[in-house]
Amino acid sequence: MRHVSVRRGSYVDSVTLMQVSRRVSACDGVTSALVAMATDLNLELAAGLGFDVPAASPNEMLLAVDAHSDDALTAAVAEADAALAEASHPAVGTGLGSAPPPVTVRAAAARTNATVALVSTPGQHAFADAVDALDAGLHPMVFSDNVPLDQEVALKDYAARDGLLVMGPDCGTAVLGGVGLGFANVVRPGPVGLVAASGTGAQHLMALLDGAGTGISHCLGVGGRDLTEQVAGRSTLRALDLLDEDGATSLVVVVSKPPAAAVAEEVRRHAASLRTPVLFALLGPGRPDLTETAAAVVEAAGGTWVAPEHWSGAVAAGRPGGHLRGLFTGGTLCDEAMLVASASLGRVASNIPLDPGWALAEDLASEGHTMVDFGDDRLTRGRPHPMIDGSVRLERLRAEIDDPGCGVLLLDVVLGLAAAPDPAADLAGTVRAATAAGLPVVVSLVGTRDDPQGLRQQAARLSDAGAWVFRSNAAASRRAVDLLTPAGAADA
Amino acid sequence: MRSLTTPPAVVTAGASMFADSLTAQGVEVSAVRWQPPAGDAGSLATVMGDPRRRAANASALEAMLGAQAHLVDVQPAAEALGLERGQLLHAGPPVSWDQASGPMRGALVGALLLEGLADSPEAAERALAHGDVTWEPCHSRGAVGPMAGVVSPSMWVFCLRDEAHHATSWCSLNEGLGKVLRYGAYGVEVIERLHWMSEVLGPLLQRAVRAAEPVDVRAIISQMVQMGDEGHNRNRAGTLMFLREVLPAMIDSGLPTSDVAEAVRFVSGNDHFFLNLVMPACKLSCAAAADIPGSTVVTAMARNGTDFGITTSGTGDTWFTAPANTPEGLFLGGYGPQDANPDIGDSAITETAGIGGLSMATAPAIVRFVGGSVPDALATTQRMYDITVGENPAFAIPILEFRGAPTGIDVTSVVRSGVLPQINTGMAGRVAGTGQVGAGLVTPPMGCFTQALDALAAAVPPA
Repeated sequence: MRHVSVRRGSYVDSVTLMQVSRRVSACDGVTSALVAMATDLNLELAAGLGFDVPAASPNEMLLAVDAHSDDALTAAVAEADAALAEASHPAVGTGLGSAPPPVTVRAAAARTNATVALVSTPGQHAFADAVDALDAGLHPMVFSDNVPLDQEVALKDYAARDGLLVMGPDCGTAVLGGVGLGFANVVRPGPVGLVAASGTGAQHLMALLDGAGTGISHCLGVGGRDLTEQVAGRSTLRALDLLDEDGATSLVVVVSKPPAAAVAEEVRRHAASLRTPVLFALLGPGRPDLTETAAAVVEAAGGTWVAPEHWSGAVAAGRPGGHLRGLFTGGTLCDEAMLVASASLGRVASNIPLDPGWALAEDLASEGHTMVDFGDDRLTRGRPHPMIDGSVRLERLRAEIDDPGCGVLLLDVVLGLAAAPDPAADLAGTVRAATAAGLPVVVSLVGTRDDPQGLRQQAARLSDAGAWVFRSNAAASRRAVDLLTPAGAADA
Repeated sequence: MRSLTTPPAVVTAGASMFADSLTAQGVEVSAVRWQPPAGDAGSLATVMGDPRRRAANASALEAMLGAQAHLVDVQPAAEALGLERGQLLHAGPPVSWDQASGPMRGALVGALLLEGLADSPEAAERALAHGDVTWEPCHSRGAVGPMAGVVSPSMWVFCLRDEAHHATSWCSLNEGLGKVLRYGAYGVEVIERLHWMSEVLGPLLQRAVRAAEPVDVRAIISQMVQMGDEGHNRNRAGTLMFLREVLPAMIDSGLPTSDVAEAVRFVSGNDHFFLNLVMPACKLSCAAAADIPGSTVVTAMARNGTDFGITTSGTGDTWFTAPANTPEGLFLGGYGPQDANPDIGDSAITETAGIGGLSMATAPAIVRFVGGSVPDALATTQRMYDITVGENPAFAIPILEFRGAPTGIDVTSVVRSGVLPQINTGMAGRVAGTGQVGAGLVTPPMGCFTQALDALAAAVPPA
């Protein structure tokens, strides 16, 4: 029994819809359910589940349910309606004089003394919401991805006139005076201020610093494209100024892929003019990895570096003849793993390849050594980020276990605010299945002792399931490469 | 430069889990109830990114707040507006006879009967259908008219001056409720009343106004807004305060006391008399904000009974129109929803200037009359602050701690939020000649705003 319908005029964010989908899927007699905005990706997903997909636009909502019986179907649709009603009508005060919920960023700003706006609306609309924040005098943090490049430039120029900082677009993380925005780890306060063009790179660096006892004043995301020639470091320069003026910051670290040459020069010149020392952590071939950078920062901040912890796994050698398969939620973590791996393995195919010739096909099917970034723009349209909903990666993980071409699995698990509440539990069963199949699983665990998921509990749970667990992504990657076993080696 | 601090509060728009995570950190969160904007996303981005917009809207607001409105004269429309025989004005954006609704047709017929241009309703309809007379929007001459808004040369009009912006606006004299021309009625009693207004009331008011100091209409509006009048559907306090201002001069006019008494009885017995002074005052306020390049502020909302039209500051006189909605509310006598005509009248100029439905919170006495409740009224006005560029401290709303009326409807805020300006209005009968059938609440169609957005985007100079 199937139900497919399209609803107009009802927008709900993708995370809430994921929760609604889960609630409907959990109804008795339901075999599959999808409640999602009707983006191309989600329509495809519905078609993949065997539904006849009607024509619909991304501003409309798709409801698709498959159940064993008519009664179950009716009950499931009713459940979906109830869940959507709850989601779209949050309880609000209606007493005399209480203002109704704000409908724009400016309206929301007027109701509080906010200094920052976190914008995570769909990419094609985020510009308008961020400008609205600027108009209200707030620094916008734009979590949204898929924001057109010309809009990013226009937004940053708009902000410059007001002396405000645009964090993003595609800014996954920020920490402002101890408050984490987006995907942020709970870090101790301290003297290091970060300017980050890379969300997971910044998260990893902060986690490593926190692990070594060095705290953070602020972490300002600037968006992955900020140091390209087109954007020309507009937010990076502003962020450097803000950190230079900040009393709590005595050391600034810029985390980015190597910038465009002209931009790099401008940023370095600007950094040299500041009172606060600036360290550059530029990630690329032949450059220090994030762990080495963390060590340098800890030393520069006057701390003592201790090598990050790790826990050994149950399977000590890869499946013979198998290739390295890396499945990531964090783009920078994937990138760093590819740099480590390709140094000894050569070609690593990916959807974010180091070399344009190493690009994966549209379907992302593995080819030899392969690494996939599930957090890439193209895979998150109309869908929650894999740090929140790991189901797409989990599905791929199972497929890799069944693929004899897969010799070693490398995964990242990113803890922190807004990330999945218990990612180790979500992964443990699959890690056990891989272990049972003789497939070693290496986990790069990014998190701090104070993260809500509990770093130690997560590490223990993954380790108990048989995984190798490393707090350094570079170390995890090196171990994964070391575990690879050539064909025929198992017989030796 | 806004320095870095621990944010005491954060605004969130989008995924709710980020708001939850901030709440869990003990940070106050103001979460936007976000929905995808209406209209073209490209146009919206262009207009939002227009570097002129913020300053232009600030100028528009300043102009609206700075406009004055003094009643300086009362004259026949022929003199005041240069209307010639065979020329008529009407409410809303332009409309043809074919497209005109029942009440608009009825009012045009009545005007021809009044002017002696036809000797029967049938003859008037033929003349109108043949194009023997011409009609154009009141707004095209800087005037405004309630409901059908039909003005003919012999009707008398109030003349209001804004000395701050050297502008004048005009509006007809209010006929009262029920069977009246502006609601499309044209029976004998309607035409007789109009004759009396032209022969007795108009000249009397002219003498009174000319004899005394100009009446500060804005000052009366300021007071009435604190006395339970929102200036659109309730004008009771305003009417009596106006009468208080002109009464001595009316008595001193030297005209027969029976005429004065009848005029006083007429004005004081018509709670809407002052609406026709509020409207041109609001028109002056909106006109002051016109023609500011880059401004997304709405400068007129007007309906002709068929279409709803708006103009914006940044796009000049161009009307952006879409089919008008039909109000919802309460009906008089045996009338019901099937009898109601779509929205009609220039009176939404009151909302354009921040009062009327936008300031519903100040008029709890009439919320039931328009089919609402007091909490609805309070919520409505507070909601309107979210789609307006500022507040008018001269129109302070006591129950909201004397917060100024939400003023300057912003096209971008409307399309982004999906929240439409709230209008309080009377309802005209669908059939010509019926008159008023009720009163209620209505909103403009979103299409007016999305079209305006596209035009505003087209007017943004390339970067």
